Parts: sequence; structure tokens; C-alpha cells
Amino acid sequence: MDLGPHASFIVASYAAAVVVLGAFILWVLLDYRFQRRALRELEAQAPRRR
Amino acid sequence: MTFIELANPYRFQMLARVLIPALAAVSAFVIGLGLWLGFHAPADYQQGAMVLVMYIHVPFAWLSLGAYTLMAIAALGTLVWRHPLADVAGKAAAEVGAGFCFLCLVTGALWGRPTWGTYWNWDPRLTSVLVLFLLYLGVLVLWRAVEDPGRAGRAAAILALVGFVNVPIVKFSVNWWNSIHQQASVMRLDGPSIHSSMLTPLLISAVGFAALFVTLHLAVMRNELLRRRVRTLRILVAANNEAR
Repeated sequence: MDLGPHASFIVASYAAAVVVLGAFILWVLLDYRFQRRALRELEAQAPRRR
Repeated sequence: MTFIELANPYRFQMLARVLIPALAAVSAFVIGLGLWLGFHAPADYQQGAMVLVMYIHVPFAWLSLGAYTLMAIAALGTLVWRHPLADVAGKAAAEVGAGFCFLCLVTGALWGRPTWGTYWNWDPRLTSVLVLFLLYLGVLVLWRAVEDPGRAGRAAAILALVGFVNVPIVKFSVNWWNSIHQQASVMRLDGPSIHSSMLTPLLISAVGFAALFVTLHLAVMRNELLRRRVRTLRILVAANNEAR
């Protein structure tokens, strides 16, 4: 597909979207894993309710 | 299930577990379809292939305003109704909204350079969107600056509500003042002025990005609920260790 004389601007726009959204999704997934792990560890240490 | 019933974090987590993967799949498919149709639509008679940037820039712009509106509604929920999930929803909307607003500014600058001859201009539309981005950052900074989530939520809610005045300014800036930015071409009283060959992919792409926004919003809310549970347990464990 011919993107014309301003192809670099079009490619840069889509690349920015992929990088920012990709980084955000990765951060959300890693944060979820981190919080789940921290919760499991703390639940093992936390005092039990009677 | 009523809105109030969702206030139960456990019920929310159960719903999120089902909705997040389903919405992620829907958003990937719909964004792919919208962009595929966009790339196969005829090039614009004035802008040529540069119009391809529209299929991502416009959804980012709409969702930046949508996310801020959601944040303002959540702020009302925090301050007026004291809904237990309202500040969690507000914080998540700020994080996702800031990302979309940043992308709106970046793709807008990259579209502006070949179209207007400049990446940036202190034009009413561009400046008001920059203010919107700074408001998002302000809300996020407040969340980080105050350690207690309850107090942070109330402070962020006040800023979010005060800053909401900027949302209609962004929307109508191109009508109220002279602007290099084009006027609204989709949400107009006399109907869209874009040809259907480009309007259809744009709307499909916007629906896909909206689904992605909801997916990310739910995922960030779920993480925030876990983070608060972790914080509570840390305090509990520390108090228990001290008592021994």
C-alpha cells in the first residue's frame, strides 16, 4: 500500500499507539501478577480471624 | 445485578474475571476490523493517505474526553454518594484517560506537521487538550502524594470536578475561537460531514478503542482493589508483629 510522501508520519503515529498501549497493557498485567503474589504472601502471614 | 450491588468488591472481581478477557477479545477484533476497513477506504482528496491517522487520533480524542467525564461522575460518586468503588473507578479512569490523552496529543502533532506545517501551535483546541492532559497528571499526582486512599480520593475528586469545566471548552473551542484545527465533522447537529467510506471505519475503530478503554479500566480497577487489600494486610501483619 502506498502511504504517500508523508508515510513516516503515518507509521510514527501507529507506532506510538502500539508502543504506548502495549506498554500500558504490559504494566497492567505485571501489576496484577505482582499484587496477586503479594496478597498470597500476606494472607499466609496475616493473623486468622476467630 | 444493580449498580449498588457492584459496590461489593468481591462481586466486582467475579464480574471483572469474565468481562476483561471477553472485552479484550472484542476490542482486538473490532479495532482490527476498523483499521482494515480504514486502510482499504479511498484516500482523502485533500490529505491523501494522511487521513489514516484519523482512525486512531479521533478515537483517542473522544476517549480522552469520555474518560474525563467518567472521572468526574466517579468524583461525584466519591464526594456525594460515597460509593465504595467510586474513587477506585476515578483513579482507574485517570490512569487510562491520561494514556489516551497523551496518544491524542502525539498523533495530533504527527498529523499536524504535514497538514499545518507545524507539530504544535498554541491554538485553543490544542492548548485545551494539553490542559486536559495536565489535569489528568494533576489528579494522578494527588493520588500519589497522599498516602491514605480515602483522603487521596477526596482530594483527587475535587480537582477532577473543578477541571471538568475544561471538557466543554475542548469540545467547543473550535467553534468559540479561531482555530487551525478543523471544526467537528462527526458530532454535528446537521449530521456528519465525512463521506461514509471513511466514516464507517472511523466509527468501528472508535467502538473498538472504546471497548479497549473499558477493558483497561476494569483491569486497572481490579489491580487497585488488590493493592488496597495488600495495603490493609500489610498494616495488619505489621501491627500483629509489633504486638508479639
